[in-house]
This record gives sequence, structure tokens and C-alpha cells, in this order.
Amino acid sequence: MNIVEKILARASGKSSVAPDDVIFANVDKVMVHDVSGPGVIKVFDKLKKQGISVDKLWDPTKVWVAEDHFVPSAEKISAENIVKLSNFTKQYGIEKHFKYGMGQYGICHTISHEEAMVMPGEVYVGGDSHTNTTGALGAFACGLGHTDVAYVLLNGKIWFKVPETMYFKLNGKLPDHVMAKDLILKIIGEIGTDGGAYRTMQFGGSGIDEMSVESRLTMCNMTTEAGAKNGIVEPDQKVVDYLSSRGATNFNLVKGDDDVEYFKVFEYEASEMEPTVAKPFSPENISVVREAPDVELDKSYIGSCTGAKYEDLVAVAKILKGRQVKIRTEILPAAISIYKRAMENGLLKIFLDAGVTVGPPTCGACCGAHMGVLAKDEICISTTNRNFPGRMGHVESQTYLASPLVAAASAVTGKITDPRDLQ
Amino acid sequence: MKGNIIKYAQDNIDTDVIIPGQYLKVHDYAELATHTMEGLDPDFHSKVKEGDFILSGKNFGCGSSREHAPIALSHSGIKAVLALSFARIFYRNAVDGAFLLPIEIEQDAYDGILEGDEIDIDVSANEIKNLTKNQTYKMKPFSEIIGKIIAAGGLFKYKPDQD
Repeated sequence: MNIVEKILARASGKSSVAPDDVIFANVDKVMVHDVSGPGVIKVFDKLKKQGISVDKLWDPTKVWVAEDHFVPSAEKISAENIVKLSNFTKQYGIEKHFKYGMGQYGICHTISHEEAMVMPGEVYVGGDSHTNTTGALGAFACGLGHTDVAYVLLNGKIWFKVPETMYFKLNGKLPDHVMAKDLILKIIGEIGTDGGAYRTMQFGGSGIDEMSVESRLTMCNMTTEAGAKNGIVEPDQKVVDYLSSRGATNFNLVKGDDDVEYFKVFEYEASEMEPTVAKPFSPENISVVREAPDVELDKSYIGSCTGAKYEDLVAVAKILKGRQVKIRTEILPAAISIYKRAMENGLLKIFLDAGVTVGPPTCGACCGAHMGVLAKDEICISTTNRNFPGRMGHVESQTYLASPLVAAASAVTGKITDPRDLQ
Repeated sequence: MKGNIIKYAQDNIDTDVIIPGQYLKVHDYAELATHTMEGLDPDFHSKVKEGDFILSGKNFGCGSSREHAPIALSHSGIKAVLALSFARIFYRNAVDGAFLLPIEIEQDAYDGILEGDEIDIDVSANEIKNLTKNQTYKMKPFSEIIGKIIAAGGLFKYKPDQD
């Protein structure tokens, strides 16, 4: 069995599972945020009317809650949702609620690794499609809707069809100017936005071994854009060190057998990878940066679970140090812990000196919610994950998806720019 | 189950156009319905009728996990979406929440059924009849678990232990 099959077999109490088996898996961790939480509350209200008991959760210690999409509260409705969420966690005795304005908080997927909320080998589900992100820690991490999350909260388990696994092998270390974001865009460009549909996308090879945990998080994050059920990397000492430094203990490093066969294997040479963007209006619509359209950008957005981890901000600072941005540029660190490190290590000063607006952790404009959404005809380069019509604002705005290095270099020139070409 | 077709002859209809992100804060189903398909077809709300079906291409509902998408369609009156394929979270949200039927079709149905056609979906026979054109197409059968959850009326009414 491969890693996912082993995790799902253990979680469903079976000695083995194979692709297409339908199982009910016991869930180890579950997350809701300020959009899916109120959605779940609505499902609970419906269940109550049907006579189904929602008096207590299966295990409130396994539930954690993030505030990220519309925070700090964008307007009246989102403010009310935050109140609803607080009442919910209080009513059901959920202690791990990361509230904005009260110390550590941030984008749910970022909190999952910054606070070591999820451990290798676990089954983790969340009420958000980018829950896949956390598979980089060696967990089975999968996004679900409100009804499914409500079911997990009450029953502690959920059905899955065991996925086939596509294996993506990276040979060699990525060059300095190429980031994990470039590689995952290249992969989505090749397999398409349904290329991983219903399947696992597993990443491995010497290039993935070389990658930091945060780069692996970027890879797994955007398996969602290929339609995958989950993304995963087999856990190694780097994951142990990363989570240990965030307070985790007791590791169960599940790995696949040596002789497993994958549904399909893809191989990439790291030395051949190039800075890459996804042009409007799909993450599969890729181009290497040096062949990208010569458009006048209006804005550079450096934020989200995909592109505002600490490592991403370090890459941006490398470019912006001693330079000025030519277009509106926003940087929104994805969690308070990252914001604080960026302050302590001088990154915030570099950003502010360059003319950037630094904002609080929020999903914000990534999902067109608030804080920097795009006007009609505006063109943005962004470290986020989707660029469908209207994703970041007006339906006739345009978003180019890029790595933090490319988004920063482009902020300096106002054009889509390869970091190697920056004067 | 009979209804009329609203056809979007394209692939990858994503959740950002089915119900744009700015409405994720809204959990009033009737209000959500008024913004359905706003990102692609601003006239949708005025033209959709109770019992209509949507017909589209590959990877319908790709993008986010927002259950708002099947909810908004369902509360607009849409009883089924017929598509060449579906994104996974949209598919399971539609079934587990019992909002609408996601019907996987083949190319002949996609090509043959046009905007406004009246069709009859017969799930037990895995058939779609185009009453307007007097043609019949096969639909892909539901997998066993999906069939059972649909028959039960959603995940909460499905009792796996009684299988």
C-alpha cells in the first residue's frame, strides 16, 4: 500500500484498502472557519428541525476553528458570522479557536502547520477546498463541504472512495530563482484543472527531499486547482523538525511500501524548471515568465495560504530590499506568527521602505472578499491560487498567478518580470 | 423527473462564477439564490424556473468547497445538473446535502441536448430522454454509495450500518 492507502486503512479499521474501495474513515482532526462554520451551524439548525440531535460533538478536542475569510470583519454580515462562530465554539466546548485580535490567528491552512494542529499519518478534514495544503506534513488532508463537516462533527467519521495515486517525481534541487509555486503551476498546466480529479497527487524524489516543508505546503496547496482529493508528501526528518519546533511530540511517520505501483508517474528535472505564471482565467493557462504577455500591471498581491508563508516573505524581501514598488503592492502575512517573525527579522521594514502596504492575516482579496479586491479591467499579479473570472473582484478584472519572487519582481517593474531579469 | 435545459456549452464552470466569493458570508439560502451564476450569466436569476436543469461540459463546479454553490443552484429551482464530469467537492456536496442530482452524461447527450429542450431523467433506467427532439441518451450510472445516499435523501439519512 502507498501512504494514503495505509492511512485510510488504519482509519477505517481495515488491514488493507485499494483504490475505489468505499470506506468510512475515522477522522483525527477537523477544521472550520468563518465561512464553513456558519454553514455548519445552518446545517445543524436544519438537522434539529428533522429531529436529529446536535446537542454535542463527537469530540470537541479534535476540532479547531479559524477566522480568516472576512476578518477583520469586513462589514455587518461578516461581523455577525464571527459572533455566531464564537457562540458555537463556546456552546460545544471547542477550545482551539484562533480569534483575530487575540494573539495568534491566521489563514486556516497556515495555522494548521504554524500551530502543528495536524500530525503525520492523521486523517484531517476541513471545511475549505485548500485543506489539501496540510498533506505536506504527511497527513491525509481533504476539503469537504458544510454537510460533510457537520456529519464529521457529530459522528467522527466520513465516507471516502479510496483514491488512485498520481506520483510526481522531481529530480534534483530547484534553481534559486525557481520556487515550488513555479513547479506546481507547470504541473497543473500539463494535467489541467481536472487532471488530478478524485485522485491523490503525491510528490517525491530528490527535489522534494531537498525542498523545505513550506515549499512542499505550496505544492500540496494547489493540488486543489488540479481537482485532486488530496496532495501528500511522505514525512521525513524535516517535517519532524518543523513540527517539533512548533511544540509537537509523538510522531507516527507513515510511509508507503517500496514496491507500490502508482496510477501514473510524472517526472521533472529541476534544472529545467523556469519561473512560470498562470494567465487569466485558469490556473492551467500557464506561460514561462519570459514569454508572458507584456501587460501593464495595476497591482501585486502577496498573500494567502499559498503565497504568504514566512519563506515566501523572505523571497519577496530579497527582491524588494533597497528597491521601490512601481504599482500598488499589498503584503498580507498569512498568520500572526509569520507577521511577528517578519517584524523581528526586519522584513516589514524592507516592505514598508519599498512602499508596500502591509496588512493583517486574511484570505481577503484572494477570494474577492475584501481588502484589496480588483476593479473592472484591473490587472493583478498574485501569489494566490485561483484566477477564474471574478475570483479577486470584478468579473472583468484579471489575475496572473505567480511565485512570491515573480510577484515581487513584477511589483518593482510594473510588468510581469522574471526575477533573473531585474536590474 | 422532467425539466427544461439551461445550457452552458463550456468546460470548467467554477464555483467563483456559480456564486462569487463576496457572497460566502451569506447563509440565507433565498438571498444566495438571487446571486446564482452571477459571474457568468447575470440573467440567470430572471430566466430560471422551478424544476429546470443545467447542462454543461467537463469539470462542473471546480474550485472551492463552498456548499453555497449547490445550495444557490438548488434554491434557484435547479433539480439536476447534467455535465460531462464534475469536480469532486461539488459532486459530493450536491449528493450528501441532497441539493440536486449531479448527472454524468456522455458526449452524445452534451451535443444533442440544446437550450430550452424538455428532458426526462430516468435514474432507475440510467436514461435521459429528450422529449423535444425525441432522442434517448445513456447517463453514467451512480456508483453504489452515491446511489444509496441519493436514495436515502442525503448523508444524514443514509444508514451505512444497515447495508
